[in-house]
Amino acid sequence: MTNNKVKIKTEKLDVFYGQKQALKNVNLEIFNREVTALIGPSGCGKSTYIRCINRMNDVIETCKISGSIKIDGQEINNKQIDVVRLRERIGMVFQKPNPFPKSIYDNVAYGPQIHGLADHKDKLDQIVQTSLKKSALWEEVKDRLDEPGTSLSGGQQQRLCIARAISVNPEVILMDEPCSALDPIATAKIEELMEELKKTFTIVIVTHSMAQAVRVSQRTGFFHLGNLIEVDTTDKMFKNPNNKMTQDYITGRFG
Amino acid sequence: MSKEELLKKRYRAEKRFKFYGLTSVILAILFVLFLVNVIFSKGKGAFSRTTISVEVDFNTEKLELKNNPTNEEIQDTDFYDLSIESLLNVYKTKGLKEEKDLIRIFSPDYEIEIKNFIIENKGFLNKTAIIELTASDDIDQLNKGNYPRHLPEERRRISDFQLLIYDKLVEDNKIQKTFNTFLFTNGDSRDPELAGVGGSLLGSFFTIIVTLLLSFPVAILASIYLEEFAPKNRITDFIEININNLAAVPSIVFGLLGLGILLGTFDFPRSTPLVAGITLALMTLPRIIIPCRASLKAVPPSIREGALAVGASKVQSVTHHVVPLAIPGTLSGTIIGLAQALGETAPLILIGMVAFVVDLPSSPVDPSASLPVQVYLWSEQAERGFVEKTSATIMILLTFLITMNAFAVYLRQKFERRWS
Amino acid sequence: MNLAILLLIVLFSTSCFFFGRKKIINITAANKIRMNALPDYYGYYLALWCAIPAVLILAFWTVFEPTIIKAFIINNITSSNLKEFNSDELNLIYQQIKALYLGNFTGTLTEEIRRGAENYKSFLSIAEGSKIVILISIVIVTTLYSYKKLINNNKAREDVEKIFKAVLFTCSLVAILTTIGIIFSLLFESIKFFTTINIFDFLFGTSWSPQRAFVRDASTITPEEYNELKDAFGSVPLFAGTAFIAFIAMIVAVPIGLFSGIYLAEYASKKVRKYSKPIIEILAGIPTVVYGFFAALTVGPFFREFGERFGLEVSSESALAAGLVMGVMIIPYVSSLSDDVINAVPQSLRDGSYAVGATKSETIKKVVIPAALPGIVGSVLLAVSRAIGETMIVVMAAGLAARLTINPLESTTTITTQIVMILIGDQEFDSPKTQSAFALGLTLFFATLILNYIALRFVKKYREKYE
Repeated sequence: MTNNKVKIKTEKLDVFYGQKQALKNVNLEIFNREVTALIGPSGCGKSTYIRCINRMNDVIETCKISGSIKIDGQEINNKQIDVVRLRERIGMVFQKPNPFPKSIYDNVAYGPQIHGLADHKDKLDQIVQTSLKKSALWEEVKDRLDEPGTSLSGGQQQRLCIARAISVNPEVILMDEPCSALDPIATAKIEELMEELKKTFTIVIVTHSMAQAVRVSQRTGFFHLGNLIEVDTTDKMFKNPNNKMTQDYITGRFG
Repeated sequence: MSKEELLKKRYRAEKRFKFYGLTSVILAILFVLFLVNVIFSKGKGAFSRTTISVEVDFNTEKLELKNNPTNEEIQDTDFYDLSIESLLNVYKTKGLKEEKDLIRIFSPDYEIEIKNFIIENKGFLNKTAIIELTASDDIDQLNKGNYPRHLPEERRRISDFQLLIYDKLVEDNKIQKTFNTFLFTNGDSRDPELAGVGGSLLGSFFTIIVTLLLSFPVAILASIYLEEFAPKNRITDFIEININNLAAVPSIVFGLLGLGILLGTFDFPRSTPLVAGITLALMTLPRIIIPCRASLKAVPPSIREGALAVGASKVQSVTHHVVPLAIPGTLSGTIIGLAQALGETAPLILIGMVAFVVDLPSSPVDPSASLPVQVYLWSEQAERGFVEKTSATIMILLTFLITMNAFAVYLRQKFERRWS
Repeated sequence: MNLAILLLIVLFSTSCFFFGRKKIINITAANKIRMNALPDYYGYYLALWCAIPAVLILAFWTVFEPTIIKAFIINNITSSNLKEFNSDELNLIYQQIKALYLGNFTGTLTEEIRRGAENYKSFLSIAEGSKIVILISIVIVTTLYSYKKLINNNKAREDVEKIFKAVLFTCSLVAILTTIGIIFSLLFESIKFFTTINIFDFLFGTSWSPQRAFVRDASTITPEEYNELKDAFGSVPLFAGTAFIAFIAMIVAVPIGLFSGIYLAEYASKKVRKYSKPIIEILAGIPTVVYGFFAALTVGPFFREFGERFGLEVSSESALAAGLVMGVMIIPYVSSLSDDVINAVPQSLRDGSYAVGATKSETIKKVVIPAALPGIVGSVLLAVSRAIGETMIVVMAAGLAARLTINPLESTTTITTQIVMILIGDQEFDSPKTQSAFALGLTLFFATLILNYIALRFVKKYREKYE
């Protein structure tokens, strides 16, 4: 069932925060319209890795990145690339829901507005509606679009953030432990949603829950101390990993 | 609009926004530099003083002095004739007007200056001495190159004859420029060349001491109470609201408080550092309490719990552990509060510290001025010499303020612990 | 004298400390019982009981003595004289009596004053004597009381701590007392003023010229006189002038302050921030009298010359010069407060905005500033309150003429300027002119109080949101 088209190709990626090396020689391929899960103990570099893909590490002054990341064959890890364009193509959902202190409508409309995706109000309304529908939030909020985004529950807030991410119609969605701040019911809803989203988007999810990785992903990568230890289909990784360390981690010997 | 155009437009907006920010920062910094530059260029002249060499013959017979006179005997002797005679010897004059002109190139205290010289150098009795007498303000400014001597005579205060004398004196090397110790030792005066900040320096010193003694202990004890012991109730809330609001009440209102209560009701002595100190202490108190509380709050609860866990009482845990750790923070907050008090003018005007005081105050209950009030008083005077003096006073005041603030920053950086 | 007494009390109290400590050790050793606290606490207990009541009484005595003696003297004058004096004259006589006593009397010596000075002297010696007697008996009583507790082995630590807490509480009450003092001193004179001038005429009258105030006795004003008098105390021009200058100041301070706060918080590198922040904050540390001097000496004349070149008539004391310089003074208040509130906006919100591809300025304009808005509004309101309460700049650079104008090139006057101008130098007490300064002070106090209260509410709400 996997298609073989590579969406993101990473080669020899090294990342330093000041003196500390956070990623060591990472080589990883992420495939189109799949969910790729990244697992590993905390501090292993999996979040650092996905923040390289949309260049969110630029915000941190001391961060140095070398190596190559190609999206559809286009190098993105160089100075010439326009991060604004890049982030329009690659959306992100964060660990803690971070809706803006604005109305639900404005939260979703923010991206399309700044990128000029809608030239009139009807179009914008339509984008907001589609995005909220795609993120399975529409039914819950359609009557109170001008209430502040922060008034929603945690799970709803996180789906609002997903709606915000898909409103600019990106190609890839990065999810950094999107369910770690949520209760099991909200988590289940988000996982359901991902099943739907992967039909249109390529998804990379960082998770500390191996069960979640099994449930949602087609492919899994295991990071440890900044090294990518092993990457393979999720099936293979959890049934018959090549590496002893992966075996130990998924059986709960450490981490 | 195409996507590319929109993106270009967005980046232009980004650049513009950043430019506004940078311009604002640069503008603010330029204001500082401009202000400092104006004050310095105007004030540096006040640190030097122009003197004129005069030959004085201390003939005891003429002065009707005994041999080996005591200081008091000299003090009681009339030196007027001797002084005038010596001054007139400086340049040949014809007629009363020229004599007057000649004498007016000197500061009016020449008699006292000659007297003081002979008291300190009794060896010159019955001998001739060359004394450097202070020049008048106009000559002082002329010598510093600030006087518009090219104007027609009727439009300047220095007469042509005086210019003639001046040029001759310069030629004869009889005009000197020396460091102006008067600026630091003298009290106020109507003559700019004699006026000094000695009195207001002492006045400010006494004021700040009174403020420190009253505000620091009360502030620190009050913040300990509010941060460590105060129960959460209405009184505590009310105290907090009071402190926060008082910290932002205009200083002039405290001046009205001082005038109405301290001078009006309690009949405290007017124009004195004591009243100024109390008024400023009331003003400074809330401004010190706020940083004091912040530094007490910064001590983590684990320290308190640690002390309580070994059986210390609440008071002991606070006095033995929390307060010592918070001391650097409270001190730096206090110094910054005192620096603000030192620069305060308006409340002091209302409690009458604008009186013209020539004598140096010797205690906090003597009438005096303070440095910022001196700035205000002199800024009202038109003479060029006072403009110079005002700027110099500002330089002295700023030196104190910068030193105090720098010390506060040093304290904070040196002793502040980062609790993680 | 007071200093000597204070020293004696301290000395006695110190010896009490050592005595108490020794005593409790001896007593417990002799009776073979366990002390209820460390011996030092017994020392403190005795010493505090010995010193605190005495020092308090001494302080109160010192503060109230002159008032009471003054009342006695004035009472003496009025009761022994058939002539009626008004309070100004009484005050003058009292001052002369005091001057005669202190030996720096000038003027014509009258029988009244001579007698008054003798009375003054005897009152002083009576006061001195009774003060010493009262202090000694207080010290004896309190020391004996605490000594009795001590020999019964009281819980000294708890007792000392109770005293300590009481002292702490008293200190924190000073803030309330200050507020009460302010309100009392302002209200007291203001109420007297409002019995002469109707409060509505004061608040809504449009003509201000207190030098025209002539009436000294409020009870004998005819309606015509009142009409003239109320035109001397209409404060609308002052409110307008104050608001106008504050407005000019905010036009300068808000954009520059806000933009530099934003630049320092969001764009500047660590190094730039480290050096430029303290430099900008120097502006806040410069005394206002320096700004006033600067405005009057440099900025005012500059505008006048500049205006002349374009045929504009600019007063050398103009609202523009005062407002501009005041704006410069306020820049750091706006910039450092907005820097703080912007820094308090959580990074996650910025990340959320960057992640959908917003530029930095878009993130700041559309996410950070809206999120920080209550805090920014609060800090701007605090700055406004500072601007309307600012005194020296306007006294030295804004002028004295009270007129309703919106021409920034003319001179205007403010509430604070008028307070200073009325109260500088010697005041005639009990004249409506002097009292009007307190009425203005009261208005200023309430205006800033309300502004501060709203501002602090905004800031508090904002803090709660992100903490």
